[in-house]
Amino acid sequence: MDSQWKIFEVFHQSARGEPHVHVGSVHAPDGDTALMLAKEQFGRRQACVNIWVVAASAIVATSYDDADMFEHATDKSYREAFGYETTKRAKLAGDAEEI
Amino acid sequence: MVRLADNTAGWGDKPGDPGYEDRLAKFEARVARGDKVEPGDWMPNDYRQQLIRLIHVHANSEICGALPEGTWIPHAPTFKRKLALCAKVQDEVGHGQLLYRAAETLGKPREEMIDELISGKAKYSNVFHYPAETWADVCVIAWLIDAAAIVNQKMMADGSYGPYGRALRRICYEEAFHLTHGYDMCISMATGTKLQREMLQDAVNRWWKPIMMFHGPADKESTHTAQLMKWKIKLKTNDEQRQEFLRKYLPKMFNLGLTVPAEWELRFDEKSRTWLYNEPDWEEFKTVVRGNGPVSSQRLETRRLSHEHGRWVREALTAAAAGKRAPLPPTAVGAAS
Repeated sequence: MDSQWKIFEVFHQSARGEPHVHVGSVHAPDGDTALMLAKEQFGRRQACVNIWVVAASAIVATSYDDADMFEHATDKSYREAFGYETTKRAKLAGDAEEI
Repeated sequence: MVRLADNTAGWGDKPGDPGYEDRLAKFEARVARGDKVEPGDWMPNDYRQQLIRLIHVHANSEICGALPEGTWIPHAPTFKRKLALCAKVQDEVGHGQLLYRAAETLGKPREEMIDELISGKAKYSNVFHYPAETWADVCVIAWLIDAAAIVNQKMMADGSYGPYGRALRRICYEEAFHLTHGYDMCISMATGTKLQREMLQDAVNRWWKPIMMFHGPADKESTHTAQLMKWKIKLKTNDEQRQEFLRKYLPKMFNLGLTVPAEWELRFDEKSRTWLYNEPDWEEFKTVVRGNGPVSSQRLETRRLSHEHGRWVREALTAAAAGKRAPLPPTAVGAAS
């Protein structure tokens, strides 16, 4: 084993205005080389306008074991558009006026 | 909170450890309902080891698959074929890197896997232990062997391990070009001169045995399949994959006027809707994949030399990243070995 370089996670942007999406990772001794390798590996097909690389060691993640932290403790439907019955209520309001 | 690079939860956990049975039951229930397993998750050691074994062999096969094709780049019959073959070889090497990385998330360092390939300790696909003797061989490899590989990879892409599935989805996308280009090459040969048609049939005759062996031993001989399917590492047995390949590609081959060598006694059974054939010699298959195929040693020698020739590049990049002056390249090809 003559080299075991650092791991860089690669984020690919397909067009300006689109989000950078994680597509994989490369091994490299530094960021510049990681960008070059990422361009070869992930930018040679499909549209690509920009690439980010981040040292994997710098990424802190939640644990899948703690997935329940994403559960809502109470009903939060008031935060969502579907939580309101506007069409039904407006129709009822119209009906009420006709009476 | 976890570090993304920390990926060995439950490493070394074994049956009999406190709580092991509970963790195993929870893991198997999750896999059974179609949940994907991610690197930080607890997993049984066998699951980890089986995946490392499969992905490592798969990665090696991508690297070794580039070798018979790379040889033919200077001899491609047209400029367009040459460009397409260059792109295919670049893809295969890239696939190797994606797969080594997927295996690495299970705790085996990438460089260790590369070393094990070069030293002959690790296996790679049976088909790359045979020589590509003519241009028609390149056509058959690009069409039929890639077709067989896609049957396998599409299935594995739906397997339970997240990083392997993600790598394979990307790989299948790129393989679609290889397959179409391979088919295009075979159509050119099959509709060409008498000599071209004979070359193509001759290549099919020589490659048919390795192709029939490609998906691995018959189900009745396979030792790993039941466990692999329970854990959704594999979703189809070797024989099911072989049938899928035959069902899909034999009609296309017959359409091009190609035949399968008579000794296989290939025939379609209407009742079971399957192709029947004479079983390959599975002992021969095992001997070949252990590194005793017709060109096994040449393949690894080529791989070892290119690893040596690339050493100065790796050293230069490492030195440059550390702010040191980069070492000079060897003055002539071969000087590094």
